Amino acid sequence: MTAMIEIRNLVKQFGPLIAVDDISFSVDRGEVLGFLGPNGAGKSTTMKMITGFLTPTSGAIDVCGHAVADDPIAVKRRVGYLPEGAPAYPDMTPAAYLSFIADVRGLRGADKAKRLDYAVERIGLTGVMQQSIDTLSKGYKRRVGLAQAILHDPEVLILDEPTDGLDPNQKHEVRGLISEMAENKAIVISTHILEEVDAVCSRAMVIADGRVVADGTPAELEARSRFHNAVTLRLEDGATATAAADLAKLDGVAAVEPDGNGRLTLFPTDGAPILDSVGQLVRERGWPVNEIRVEGGRLDDVFREITTGRAEKPDQGAAK
Amino acid sequence: MTGLMPIFRRELAGYFATPVAYVFIVIFLVLSGVFCFYLGNFFERGQADLRPFFAFQPWLYLFLIPAIGMRLWAEERKTGTIELLMTLPVSLAGAVLGKFLAAWAFTAIALALTFPMWLTVAYLGQPDHGVILAGYVGSLLMAGGYLAIAACISAVTKNQVIAFVVAVVICFIFTVSGAPLVLDFFAAWAPQTILNAISSFSFITHFNAIVDGVIDLRDLVFFASLIGFWLFANAVVVDLKKASG
Repeated sequence: MTAMIEIRNLVKQFGPLIAVDDISFSVDRGEVLGFLGPNGAGKSTTMKMITGFLTPTSGAIDVCGHAVADDPIAVKRRVGYLPEGAPAYPDMTPAAYLSFIADVRGLRGADKAKRLDYAVERIGLTGVMQQSIDTLSKGYKRRVGLAQAILHDPEVLILDEPTDGLDPNQKHEVRGLISEMAENKAIVISTHILEEVDAVCSRAMVIADGRVVADGTPAELEARSRFHNAVTLRLEDGATATAAADLAKLDGVAAVEPDGNGRLTLFPTDGAPILDSVGQLVRERGWPVNEIRVEGGRLDDVFREITTGRAEKPDQGAAK
Repeated sequence: MTGLMPIFRRELAGYFATPVAYVFIVIFLVLSGVFCFYLGNFFERGQADLRPFFAFQPWLYLFLIPAIGMRLWAEERKTGTIELLMTLPVSLAGAVLGKFLAAWAFTAIALALTFPMWLTVAYLGQPDHGVILAGYVGSLLMAGGYLAIAACISAVTKNQVIAFVVAVVICFIFTVSGAPLVLDFFAAWAPQTILNAISSFSFITHFNAIVDGVIDLRDLVFFASLIGFWLFANAVVVDLKKASG
């Protein structure tokens, strides 16, 4: 495993605002890293620095062994980038636009035709190739941007909100495409959609106020949720109220909360599995259970906790 | 210069993908003709040369060239495509030159389409073809000067209207810097050397020298270095402003 993207102590300052505050991480081949974070957290800024659009205030970025600061062209050759909002020349047709990108990328002749065919086919642009880009729907524009990014089969893919504006079917396709390409590339995506992290990312990184506040597999992040290993069950009408009181007394159960749809959610103490003891109690009492399941953890819950919890932390600068 | 050729081709094709190119060329040709025949008394002069045609070109370029140049960078910043362009494997110099050369090639096409003027004088009399050719070379160089200014100003703002107006003003200053309009402003307090320096920036002075049929190295160097300076400034501005929204 070699690190395809290596970032050390990256800082970006816009005047008094510190957009990215000392971020370090690396991404290996085969990894799909998901950037999570509230708007303005520094996700896009970090991506813009990796792709050489913005110059870091300090810190170093290596992509495929080339320093962005020393040899930006070598880096740009190896990176496919979908900027935020998927900008493209509105007067051009996708055909002309992708052909231009292929020319800039140095693709020629049969190779160019082959790569164009692949990208157009894979992204599903065949029907709109001769329509000018500004007449395309938001979803198609995004797809044109994606086709542009994967055209030269880059080793590193940086995708800023790749599924924004797509309908559920298109989202599913794009996620399939990312998973398919993940094997021999290093991919970084940013997203607001937490289920997407579960679906495509092998690693999730939460960024807030320009800092990395969590970094791990989606499962590890989910384990930080209070819903991790919680048990949700639905009893037949009438039994719920008595059961809630008994379940709350069970060993290992920290709290019992109704979810508002007639179900009860049992939260474990310290995230330890409680299904066994709950199941035992249910059998002993002979409660009529309609539904029972174990929660894996909820990313949105973790996300909120991590990103808003930080703001309440005492200001270290003021303490001095 | 990485990326120069694809960018050049895309930009040049871009002019013809929209009605912009055709509108521009038609207006340029019509105004060239009107100025030459009516204001320039082309027939009344009874001379077989294109002097009245070239005489009005600085004034025509003054408004038409900024109209071509205004979109070069302002549009990229407005639509956000500058982020795309600057993260493709192209050098800054390649992008600046590619765009400039495409716009210049486009003006060259428009200028070349004035060939019926040349045919007219050739039919009516025995013009000095060398002088006319020199006039065309001078005209193209001057267009390049205006265009380099317009391209640089276009990189300063996202707003094409502002880019146009500011470029026209700066082009105007360069056009008339040899005329009393500008010189009187400095004459009261500046020494003669400065006055000479200012008037030496006049496009019209250098252009007229070439139209007279004298291709002096100094005039060529003037336009070449002027284009070089503004394109360098263009690259600096693009690099500074690319990220600011």
